[in-house]
Amino acid sequence: MRNKPRLRSPKERAKDFHEVSMGYSPEQAKEEASRCIQCKKPQCVTGCPVNIDIPAFIKLIVSGDPKGALNKIKEKNNLPAVCGRVCPQEDQCEKMCILGKKGEPIAIGYLERFASDYGTPSPTLPLAKGERERSDRGGKVAVVGAGPAGLTCAADLAKAGYNVTLFESLHGPGGVLSYGIPEFRLPKKIVNNEVEYIRSLGVDIQYNMMVGGIFTIKELFAKGYKAIFLGSGAGLPKFMRIPGENLNGVYSANEFLTRINLMKAYLFPDYMTPVRIGKNVAVIGGGNVAMDSARSALRLGADKVTIVYRRSKEEMPARIEEAENALEEGIEFRFLTSPTRIIGDEKGWVKSMECQKMELGEKDESGRRSFIPLQGSEYIMDVDTVIMAIGQSPNPLIGNSSPELSREKWGGVIADPETGQTSIPGVFAGGDIVTGAATVISAMGAGKKAAEAIGRYLGQSMKDEV
Amino acid sequence: MNKILLKRSLAPQVGLIELEATDISKKALAGQFVVLRIDQHGERIPLTIADSNPSKGTITIVFQKIGASTRLLDNLKQGDSILDLLGPLGRPAHIENVGTVVCIGGGVGIAEIYPVAKAYRKAGNRVISVLGARNKDLIIFADEIALGSDECHIATDDGSLGRKGLVSDVLMDIMAREKVSLVSAVGPTIMMKVISDITKTSNIKTYVSLNPIMLDATGMCGVCRVTIDGKVKFACVDGPEFDGHEVDFAELMSRQKLYLDEEKKAVERHCSSENPDCRCKT
Repeated sequence: MRNKPRLRSPKERAKDFHEVSMGYSPEQAKEEASRCIQCKKPQCVTGCPVNIDIPAFIKLIVSGDPKGALNKIKEKNNLPAVCGRVCPQEDQCEKMCILGKKGEPIAIGYLERFASDYGTPSPTLPLAKGERERSDRGGKVAVVGAGPAGLTCAADLAKAGYNVTLFESLHGPGGVLSYGIPEFRLPKKIVNNEVEYIRSLGVDIQYNMMVGGIFTIKELFAKGYKAIFLGSGAGLPKFMRIPGENLNGVYSANEFLTRINLMKAYLFPDYMTPVRIGKNVAVIGGGNVAMDSARSALRLGADKVTIVYRRSKEEMPARIEEAENALEEGIEFRFLTSPTRIIGDEKGWVKSMECQKMELGEKDESGRRSFIPLQGSEYIMDVDTVIMAIGQSPNPLIGNSSPELSREKWGGVIADPETGQTSIPGVFAGGDIVTGAATVISAMGAGKKAAEAIGRYLGQSMKDEV
Repeated sequence: MNKILLKRSLAPQVGLIELEATDISKKALAGQFVVLRIDQHGERIPLTIADSNPSKGTITIVFQKIGASTRLLDNLKQGDSILDLLGPLGRPAHIENVGTVVCIGGGVGIAEIYPVAKAYRKAGNRVISVLGARNKDLIIFADEIALGSDECHIATDDGSLGRKGLVSDVLMDIMAREKVSLVSAVGPTIMMKVISDITKTSNIKTYVSLNPIMLDATGMCGVCRVTIDGKVKFACVDGPEFDGHEVDFAELMSRQKLYLDEEKKAVERHCSSENPDCRCKT
C-alpha cells in the first residue's frame, strides 16, 4: 500500500496560508521507498522530463541517506523541493511505475520532496567561499526570466562553467513559483532556498530588469553576451471577452494570485498591497490556477467559492490531488457551465453572473470532449467577485521589441523542441513562452535541453573564432 | 537599491525625487513611467518619468501625497535608497511634427506633460503649454515649461495665478484664435475627459495619458485594462497614452475607485498620528 502523506485537516488549513501537506515523516519515507523493486530498466526515468535517476535516489532513502538522495536528484534537477511539490507525477514518472500496473505506484513525488526537505543543509549558512566565483571560461550568457525554465537553464550553464546573468523583470525570483502558486502549496521559503542554491553556483540574478524594455536582444549581444536564453513565460492573462468583464470585482487569476502571493496582500495592511474579496466568489476555469485561486479566496474569508467549468469533472486539467483538496476544503464545483455575461450594480461592481449550461460532444483535437452550449439554459448566479482562470498567453514584450524573433500567430516563440534554437542565431527559448501555459517540470526540461544546446553552440562558435 | 540624490517639495502635497538610475536614464523617452517599491512591505507604485539625465545617470519623478505609499515615499530623504526600481515602462508618447501642439497639464500632471512638451518642441512643433491647478501653490514646473514652450498659459480655480478658470477654458480660447493640430493632455481623468470632449467636436487629434490602477505594470495582471474604441487594452503595455476620443472614461473612473476603502485603512495603519506604529512622521 502506498503511504499517505500527512495533510492538515481541511477545517484548519482552509483558514490560513500555511502549507497543506506536511509530506512524509522519515519513517514513512523509508517505508514507501522500500516498496521500490529497483527495476533493471526503470520506466519511471523515461517519464521524467529531466531524467532523474529515480531508483538510485530512492535506494539512498532506504539506506537512511536523504542528503545523498538529494545530491543524486540534483545531478539532473536544480529545483527538487519545488518539483516534489508541484509536478504532476501522476502523468509522468508515477504513471510509468511498474507497480502501478497492479497496485499503486511508488510516491516518487513525495519521496523527492522528502529528500529535499530532509537533505538540505540549513539555508541560512553563508555560502562557502569560492562557490560564488564566476567562471569566465565559456563566455557570458544572458538568461531572461527567473522562473522554472530560466533558473534551470542558468544553473546548468553555471555548472558547465559559463558566466551567467539572469535578468528578471519582477522584484523577486521564481516567476510563476512566486507570483502564481500559493504559499499553502509551495512555501516561498522553499523557492528562496532553491534560488539561493542556484546563486551559489555563481549565477548573478538581476531583478527589475525587463528585457525588451531596458535592453533588447540586440543590445544584450552588444553588451558581450554570447548567447541568450528566453524563458519569460506565459504571463499575459486571457479574458473571455464577455460583457461586464471590466466591472469592479472581476480579476484575472494572475492579478488575484499576484496580489496574494508576490505582494502578500493576505497580510494587508501590514503589507501595503490590498486585495478585495467578496462573500460569494466564482472562479472560471478548471486548471490548477483555478484551484489555487478558489482556495486562496476561501482563505481570505469568502463565504462561498464556486468553480465554474464548462466541461465535466473528467476533463478538468487540474491535478486530481488539488481538486480533491479543494473539494475537502469546501469549494463547490459547477460543471458543464460557462458564464455569458457579468452583471453590475449602479456603482460598477459585480452583482451577478449569467451562465449557460453545456453538454458534452465528441472528442476534439485536444483529445477532450467538446462542449455544446444548451440554448435557452441561461440562468443567473449571485456573485460579487469573479476570477478568470482560463489561461495565459506568452508574454509579448520581448518579441515586440525584436521583430526578427519568429512567433506563432497565438504569440508563442518558435523554437526547436530539441534545442530551443529560435529564428535568431544564438537566441534560445523554452518553457511557457514557447509552449503556452504548461507545467513547471516541462519548462525545466526545456531549460535543461537549451543549456546543453547553448553549450554546444558556444563550443562551436569558439572553435570558429580560433 | 536606488539612491535618492535629490529630494524637494514642489508644493504642499507634491514632492520631487531625483533617483540614481543609470540604465533607465539612457532609455527613458517622454511619456514612459517607472514602478518603484520603497521597502519589503511596499506596493509597486507606478510613476511617470518627469525628466531623465543620461549623463548623470538619473531620473526625476514627481508625486502627489495621496495614499499611504506616497506619504512614505515623501518621508525619504536625500541619501536614502528605495528597494526596487523598474523601467522604463509603457510605450513612449507619439511625437511627430504636425504644426501647433497644445500641451495641457493639470495638477501633478504638469510634471508629466513637461517631457512631452519638450519632445514636441524638439520635433519642430510650435508648442503652446497650458498648466492648471486649484491654486498658485500647486502650479509646478512653470518656469521650466515656459522656457521649453512657444507660449505658456496658466489657469487656477481660484485665480491666484494666471487666469481664473479651467485649462479647458484656455484651450477653447486658443482653438477660437488659431488652428491647433494636436492636443496632448495629462492630469486628472475628468480633466482629460473634458478636454477630449471639446477637441472631438473640432476633430483635433488628442492624446491623453491614462493612470488606472496598476500592479506588475508589465502586462501580466490586467488590472489596468481600459476600453479603447470598444477594445480592451492594458494601459501598462499598450499605453499609457491613448487617443482621447476613443477612451471609455466612465469605466476608467469607476475602476480607479476599486481600492478607496483599503487606501483609507492603509493610511490609518501606516500614517496616523494616533497609531504608535506609524511609519511616517507627518
